[in-house]
Amino acid sequence: MSNYIKLIVLGLIALFAAIGTNYARDLAYQVHAILVMLIAGGLFIWTLRNTDEPDILVDRSAEYMDDVIRYGVIATAFWGVVGFLAGTFIAFQLAFPVLNFDWAQGYLNFGRLRPLHTSAVIFAFGGNALIATSFYVVQRTSAARLWGGNLAWFVFWGYQLFIVLAATGYVLGGTQSKEYAEPEWYVDLWLTIVWVAYLAVFLGTIIKRKEPHIYVANWFYLAFIVTVAMLHLINNMTIPVSIWGSKSVIVWSGVQDAMIQWWYGHNAVGFFLTAGFLGMMYYFIPKQAERPVFSYKLSIIHFWALIFLYIWAGPHHLHYTALPDWASTLGMVFSIVLWMPSWGGMINGLMTLSGAWDKLRTDPVIRMMVISVGFYGMSTFEGPMMSIRAVNSLSHYTDWTIGHVHSGALGWNGMITFGALYFLVPVLWKRDRLYSLSLVSWHFWLATIGIVLYAASMWVTGIMEGLMWREVDANGFLVNSFADTVAAKFPMYVVRALGGVMFLAGAMVMCYNLWMTVRKAPAKEASLTVAVPAE
Amino acid sequence: MEAYTILRQFADSWMLLLLFVFFVGIVIWVFRPGASKEYQDTANIPFRHPDKPAAVKEARK
Repeated sequence: MSNYIKLIVLGLIALFAAIGTNYARDLAYQVHAILVMLIAGGLFIWTLRNTDEPDILVDRSAEYMDDVIRYGVIATAFWGVVGFLAGTFIAFQLAFPVLNFDWAQGYLNFGRLRPLHTSAVIFAFGGNALIATSFYVVQRTSAARLWGGNLAWFVFWGYQLFIVLAATGYVLGGTQSKEYAEPEWYVDLWLTIVWVAYLAVFLGTIIKRKEPHIYVANWFYLAFIVTVAMLHLINNMTIPVSIWGSKSVIVWSGVQDAMIQWWYGHNAVGFFLTAGFLGMMYYFIPKQAERPVFSYKLSIIHFWALIFLYIWAGPHHLHYTALPDWASTLGMVFSIVLWMPSWGGMINGLMTLSGAWDKLRTDPVIRMMVISVGFYGMSTFEGPMMSIRAVNSLSHYTDWTIGHVHSGALGWNGMITFGALYFLVPVLWKRDRLYSLSLVSWHFWLATIGIVLYAASMWVTGIMEGLMWREVDANGFLVNSFADTVAAKFPMYVVRALGGVMFLAGAMVMCYNLWMTVRKAPAKEASLTVAVPAE
Repeated sequence: MEAYTILRQFADSWMLLLLFVFFVGIVIWVFRPGASKEYQDTANIPFRHPDKPAAVKEARK
């Protein structure tokens, strides 16, 4: 019966997309309409061919739903490499403008590729990592199979479609030019549907849990899912100009729009890149260290303090603008208060290793997780400092900001995700161990030195640029033109790009290692036995 | 009074107080007597069911 409903819905979508292909007002919309038409049409045929087949119901409630997580792990590694590659390429474009090829003008120049890079690393790499690990963690800590059956598959594939629509849209010019919220209205609507399904799967699993308590990692994941839903809805309240075109107009105006954008933008950092990844930290570090978290009490206070404070920090992106002073002071004060929960969480993660510090020497995976928490501490120190109005007057609009973002994103988000992947692949593919620990060490050092090159060169160029912009001569005239700062930054841009090359190389070493783990590493003993009786 | 002023005054006073009291309440709640023992059990959740879900009969309390 449900197949008939699916067929009707898929048929209508394919028909609508076919009409959209014909009436499309712009290229991005037309390409997306063709894409949606082909996918909906393909699914229609596939569903049709499976309709009225006898149902074979297998009771799988006695095992975890791991196949969707395996797909998520592969997608995370794949999008990671794509995103790092795009980032490294645009870093070289900045150093050598000739790489903005004439034949690709308007498609592959820096302005088009930059949102592709940011979305690929944040939403494709980070988002897939969050979805895959949250599905893994919520099952293990609830001692229950994922709720909703194939809904988890809808979340996975729906999210990949969102990524493809967003990425192709940027290259073809379909963007609403809000940072980290570039996708246009129909892509936003699709993400909303996928996200509601994600929330349902996650919450459904928590509700049917067998453990009396909800483990702290799930609190962080849930905060991430709920808050991102709220941010996404409010920052994307747009009215399409035409249902056959990608252009839309936001309902907020002027400084309110700017404030909502940066309320969204900073909480994308606070809840997507912090709360969600803290969920990872609170599960994978105890698992890899084989000891419970240092202080569970601290983790609860950490959670509530973090979510109560982060939501107010957005205005620090709008110092010295039309935003009222009281609002930007509020954002600055809350950013500084955030030091407390951030460092509380960092201490909690690091001290989980107390009594097992020797593992740092023997286990490169735990080393990766520890340095990620170290980078978390460093960037959550740097961030509040940069939010202080006087510091911001020097750092804002300079490369210092870019360096700060990357020490957080590459160091904290990247490294904790790599650690989680190194933990997950042997478990999910039932391997005894990783293929090679020395390759993990190689990855660790390539990535770490890459980040250090990146952050250090951006500090130098950012502060230099900020000082050059504000330099005035004895008569009060500006000394440097903008082009002077661009010329002075060249050596640091090359160093930054090389740092990116090293980080990318590390990620490729990881992909090889994970691939060989699946192919070559010895299988776990338990999986060699033919059948495990269910109780 | 227009909606902005009403909301602004509410946010500045009662809502602020509510959020602050809620937060302080959590901190006090975390340090309630007997919490350490309970949290020790909770902190060990990741080590209990790594391979398959809990069967119905072994569900805890």
